[in-house]
Amino acid sequence: MSRLGDLVVKVRSKNAGPFWVTVDIFCGDPVRFAEVAAGIDTARVAALYRQAEAALRRFDIPALSVVKFSFPRPVVQGSREDRDMHGAAWAVLLAEMEMGR
Amino acid sequence: MPTRVLVPSGVLGLGFDPVALARGVAFRPDIIAIDGGSTDSGPFSLGTGTSKYARAVTRSEWRQLMRARAEAGVPLVIGTAGTCGTDSTVDWMHEITVELAAELGQRLRIARLYSSQPPSRLAGALSAGRLHPLTPAPALTEADLPQMTHIVALAGAEQIQAALATGADIVIAGRTTDTGIIAALPLQRGDHPGAAWHGAKIAECGALCSTNPTSGVILVDFDDTGFEVEPMAEGAACTPHSVSAHMLYENADPFILHEPGGYLDVTGASYQALGPRRVRVTGSVWHPAPYQVKLEGARVAGFQTSILAILRDPRYVTHAEDWIARLQAFLAETIAHRMGLSAGSYALDFRLIGLDACLGPLENRRGSPVELGVLGLITAESAEVAAEIGKLINPFVLHYPLAADEELPTFAFPYSPAQSDRGAAYEFALNHVMDMDDPMEAFRLEVSDVAAG
Repeated sequence: MSRLGDLVVKVRSKNAGPFWVTVDIFCGDPVRFAEVAAGIDTARVAALYRQAEAALRRFDIPALSVVKFSFPRPVVQGSREDRDMHGAAWAVLLAEMEMGR
Repeated sequence: MPTRVLVPSGVLGLGFDPVALARGVAFRPDIIAIDGGSTDSGPFSLGTGTSKYARAVTRSEWRQLMRARAEAGVPLVIGTAGTCGTDSTVDWMHEITVELAAELGQRLRIARLYSSQPPSRLAGALSAGRLHPLTPAPALTEADLPQMTHIVALAGAEQIQAALATGADIVIAGRTTDTGIIAALPLQRGDHPGAAWHGAKIAECGALCSTNPTSGVILVDFDDTGFEVEPMAEGAACTPHSVSAHMLYENADPFILHEPGGYLDVTGASYQALGPRRVRVTGSVWHPAPYQVKLEGARVAGFQTSILAILRDPRYVTHAEDWIARLQAFLAETIAHRMGLSAGSYALDFRLIGLDACLGPLENRRGSPVELGVLGLITAESAEVAAEIGKLINPFVLHYPLAADEELPTFAFPYSPAQSDRGAAYEFALNHVMDMDDPMEAFRLEVSDVAAG
């Protein structure tokens, strides 16, 4: 077992406007991309962020060796319940996710 | 007609490499365009109608750009002036520009594009079925509209074209899409529309699409089949990867970009290296659609007072969650008893910094911190009530014991008083689009001439 963040170049999250957040997994090369794309279960990612699986948009982008997830922000940016104005900390959850080999 | 656009940086206020800017000017651009805004710092800027960047920084960078404009002899455009692009921040930017014009001895025509929206216009659109929610959108009724402190509509390319058509040397635009200010001139000159919008999206964050993101300055050449992009800083490079990867950035969908009057699809785009630092992009497609503009609005969500304490006693650090739950229940009772406030009329949120303050219920790791920050956030209907609750809870946040039969503990307050009044807290209240018959119907242009002092 290893963590996703140890397999890839970078996992980054950021607001996509006040109502969405997007997480980019930069795999680095096509081989690692194929491995990560096949190994990441969308349902597990949805559970990590406590989202309905249908609410997650997933993009597998071979040309960039990137897997991208976008979903509505769990709380709207800057609302009373918001804890992370720029949405940058959410990436850590995915980076720390254990990947089966 | 080929169009050359110089983009000094992703936003006015974050700096750029002056040598790279001079190099860009030497390439004789047709226009200089820079974004001045973002929602990324949260709703405060729009809520208050103020810039998030210091006036001194804005002024000093704008001074450099005004000099570059004079040297290049082409229009200079700023979109979303003053972070949020309300009428108040357009006026703020205009005031800075007039000051600088006198200082620099420049004779200028200035066009101001105003994007603020009166609630009545949106109310009319709402009742006419011309206001549509995006996903997800806050609930919206007509009664909500006058509650918003500021509402803006995002202008696109057409409104910038109208501003340029006045013969303006400088265009100070209120809220615009990040791309509209860059795409406007290439579109007007008949360059490829897919390339105009795609190139604008790539360049809107300045050198973020290159290997040296902080250098700022980017040059984009648009033509009738595509666009080419190159960074101006020494040692920076645009590669097919750095350019195409920029479509990921702050974009929920990396292939589709909605703009006033249509959408861009880059699914079929191809990125070709022209040497080590320049990239040519073709194959992006613009799909015209009925003219809609996106709206942003902010309103006061309440008034806040915060309080900060630090736990260092190992027993309290270990049992912090129990402690905070007990403290919270006790405080709710005390606030009800002393102030007559029911639980629903205010909010008191505690966050344990060092435990899960950042991710809250999503946090799935535990460490062994030596100390914990206790951040209390009070939200109430007035600043006075929030401040009063802050004073009331202060001694308990300082001394509340884990068990009833122990000596009163004392935690660390980092400053006096431990509570800070934060004033109004704002929230975003719109994620909607509005139908328009004419691109200018929700925007206003004012033109003035400034004579050299």
